[in-house]
Amino acid sequence: MTIMKKHKSERDPLFHVVRRTDISFGKAMLIRVLAVLAALVLCGIIIVLITGENPFEMYKYMFDGSFKTPRKFWAMLQDLALLLCVALALTPAFKMRFWNIGGEGQVLMGGLGALITMKLLGDDGAHLPHAVILPLTILAAIVFGAIWGVIPAIFKAFWNTNETLFTLMMNYIAIQIVLYFQFIWSGGSNTIPIVNAGRETSTYAGWLRLPAEIDPSFTGSTVVPSSSGFLLNIIIVAVLTVAVFFYLRNSKQGYEISVVGESENTARYIGINVKKVIIRTMIISGILCGIAGLLIVAGTDHTIDTNSARGYGFTAILVSWLAKFNPFYMILTSFLIVFLQKGSIELASKTNNIINSNFAEVLIAIIIFFIIGCEFFINYKIMFNPRKKRKEAEA
Amino acid sequence: MKKIIALVLAVLFVCGALAACGGNAGNNTKATADQKTDATTAAKSDFKAGFIFLHDENSTYDLNFINAAKAACENLGVECVIKTGIPESNDAKQAALELVDEGCGFIFADSFGHEPFILEAAKENPDVQFAHATGTRAHTENVANFHNAFASIYEGRYLAGVAAGMKLNEMIESGKITAEQAKIGYVGAFTYAEVISGYTSFFLGARSICPTATMEVQFTGSWYDQDAENEAATTLIKNGCVLISQHADSMGAPTACEDAGVPDVSYNGSTVDACPNTFIVSSRIDWTPYLEYAIKATMNGEAFDTDWTGTLATGSVVLTEVNEKAAAAGTQAKIDEVKAKLESGELHVFDTATFTKDGKTLDSYMADVDTDEAFTPDTEVIADGYFHESEKRSAPYFDLQIDGITLLNTNFG
Repeated sequence: MTIMKKHKSERDPLFHVVRRTDISFGKAMLIRVLAVLAALVLCGIIIVLITGENPFEMYKYMFDGSFKTPRKFWAMLQDLALLLCVALALTPAFKMRFWNIGGEGQVLMGGLGALITMKLLGDDGAHLPHAVILPLTILAAIVFGAIWGVIPAIFKAFWNTNETLFTLMMNYIAIQIVLYFQFIWSGGSNTIPIVNAGRETSTYAGWLRLPAEIDPSFTGSTVVPSSSGFLLNIIIVAVLTVAVFFYLRNSKQGYEISVVGESENTARYIGINVKKVIIRTMIISGILCGIAGLLIVAGTDHTIDTNSARGYGFTAILVSWLAKFNPFYMILTSFLIVFLQKGSIELASKTNNIINSNFAEVLIAIIIFFIIGCEFFINYKIMFNPRKKRKEAEA
Repeated sequence: MKKIIALVLAVLFVCGALAACGGNAGNNTKATADQKTDATTAAKSDFKAGFIFLHDENSTYDLNFINAAKAACENLGVECVIKTGIPESNDAKQAALELVDEGCGFIFADSFGHEPFILEAAKENPDVQFAHATGTRAHTENVANFHNAFASIYEGRYLAGVAAGMKLNEMIESGKITAEQAKIGYVGAFTYAEVISGYTSFFLGARSICPTATMEVQFTGSWYDQDAENEAATTLIKNGCVLISQHADSMGAPTACEDAGVPDVSYNGSTVDACPNTFIVSSRIDWTPYLEYAIKATMNGEAFDTDWTGTLATGSVVLTEVNEKAAAAGTQAKIDEVKAKLESGELHVFDTATFTKDGKTLDSYMADVDTDEAFTPDTEVIADGYFHESEKRSAPYFDLQIDGITLLNTNFG
């Protein structure tokens, strides 16, 4: 395959591109590392040209954003866990070639389900005991997320609607529903107060957290986790990562997902019920998004607003694709995204906004562009045509 | 092929390294200069003040705070740590805790929605003083190190309204419009007390000069949405509004006015650079006096007000310079005259004799001053013939929809 047109003189082009069939894992990783390094060098040049700052200092600040203090480290792990959880949710659908870009809405609805139970059954409402509320909170989050995921799946399965548009539109409906609750529960101030907080006898009803003996960060007067309070979220997502990996790789259902993804006709031919697989997979996708919403609302924020999903429903698409739908690689790719985001905030703060968050986002885009671009060099080999041969052809 | 990649990378690295060195050389001089200023300030204090801002300096609202933070820290010789782009979620608490980790003794947040999370951080760190602008809960929460602050910006808006009224009169006198056509357009963010208080005081200021003035308000549903604000202003102009003002944070409305050649009273700071032909004047809150007061008190270990209201007298409510090119003649003199009356207490912005609701003059009104979820009215705020705005607490609570103002829509978010 040649990418250059033959000249009139029938001269051979300088190089041609060949598809690689067998690249070793080490070599592929080497190309990726080199791509990141090249991206950092380019970012460095841009930083110097535009701001005149020392790029190495800038990289140090970016590193500080995730690692400078234990608190920053915990916060980074927490964000990594939440982003990973959404990516895990989207992956089964993606493997089935069902483009679920409704993660944002599914997470919001899961979170809303959790908040509604916490508020109506907890100390702000029915005063039920914690042991009753917590399972109901989890159930509500899962059911809300699943419903939001399954609606587009049903339409896809029975009427072959376009799932990309459908899931996208469902996001906006979810945002408006959250906005409605924001309005009715905030007394016009648009911020729903932290649920069950501010009472002397608060039982923290419905909150997802470890007992105080294991995790002391909840004791004292505060009600929202400060740092290590994220531990439970992180453990839950770690378990889910392993579960999703084996579900996709080793289970019959995981196999059915990949067959449907490869070819629906093949799937039908070998007797797979495609409709059932689509609906079942989207329920799973919705449940996992609901869990992400649960972790955000019941585990961390204890309130909800339209930004509670943090845009992770969209960022997770990138995480999942970059990792080629492998849950374990997704740990790395979500780390990369979260690291860059945290770094950019730190960068903006430390340079007193000489480099503001928008500029930091430009740098992030460059790095991601290189990482995605290097896949070309992993999939294809550039073959340089020997000079001698070219000369011969010229003659 | 490996060799080529190696070569390309080597070249890239060399470029990078050279660029880095170049950067270093440039920076060295700057660094020494920085060290010098550091040395002088360090002699004064090693106190750190931390700031949490919702957006960055591209938002006029946040820019106003960023400038005040830098000025206050500069004046007091303390180190200024700024975090921008912090959402109104648990992230705000994390940001506050990180500032505590970095050794900040005073932490300030600028957005209404930050409040519950900053309050949490305050409970957890009793040794650090937390201040929150525009919030409503400090006076009822009894958390000793948590403070609210706002300013009587309605007075500033009233004065800006006076400038608008002068302009309307000028247009009537020159025959450009009839007295009945003196309609003002107002681009608001949300239908909250803060915005209602703002447009009402602006309107009362304008009507005190131009008695036939009326007003239409269009809400955008966002504090910062350039396109929506531009469109709202354009709609109002098409509706026949001959003067525009705004309570939203982008350049959308001012630029729409400049394009249409309609006079504009902006907010948060002067927009004269972008709108030299239409900008009249702008009111804004100068946060520097409050920040200096609060930081100084914290440094000296003294208590400071739980709920502080800045006024014209404290220098918190200020007007920009009047743009002579767009404003009516004598505007500055009139503003000064009215300002003196406000300061002496001779004039009250929300004098019940100057407005009616459903055709009636009010002699009593219960406002929701102590925040609760049901929005329960709890405090009598009309006494001695005027509505006592920003006296029971710093954040505005005037939410009456008075006669003469038409809301084209409402938007609660």
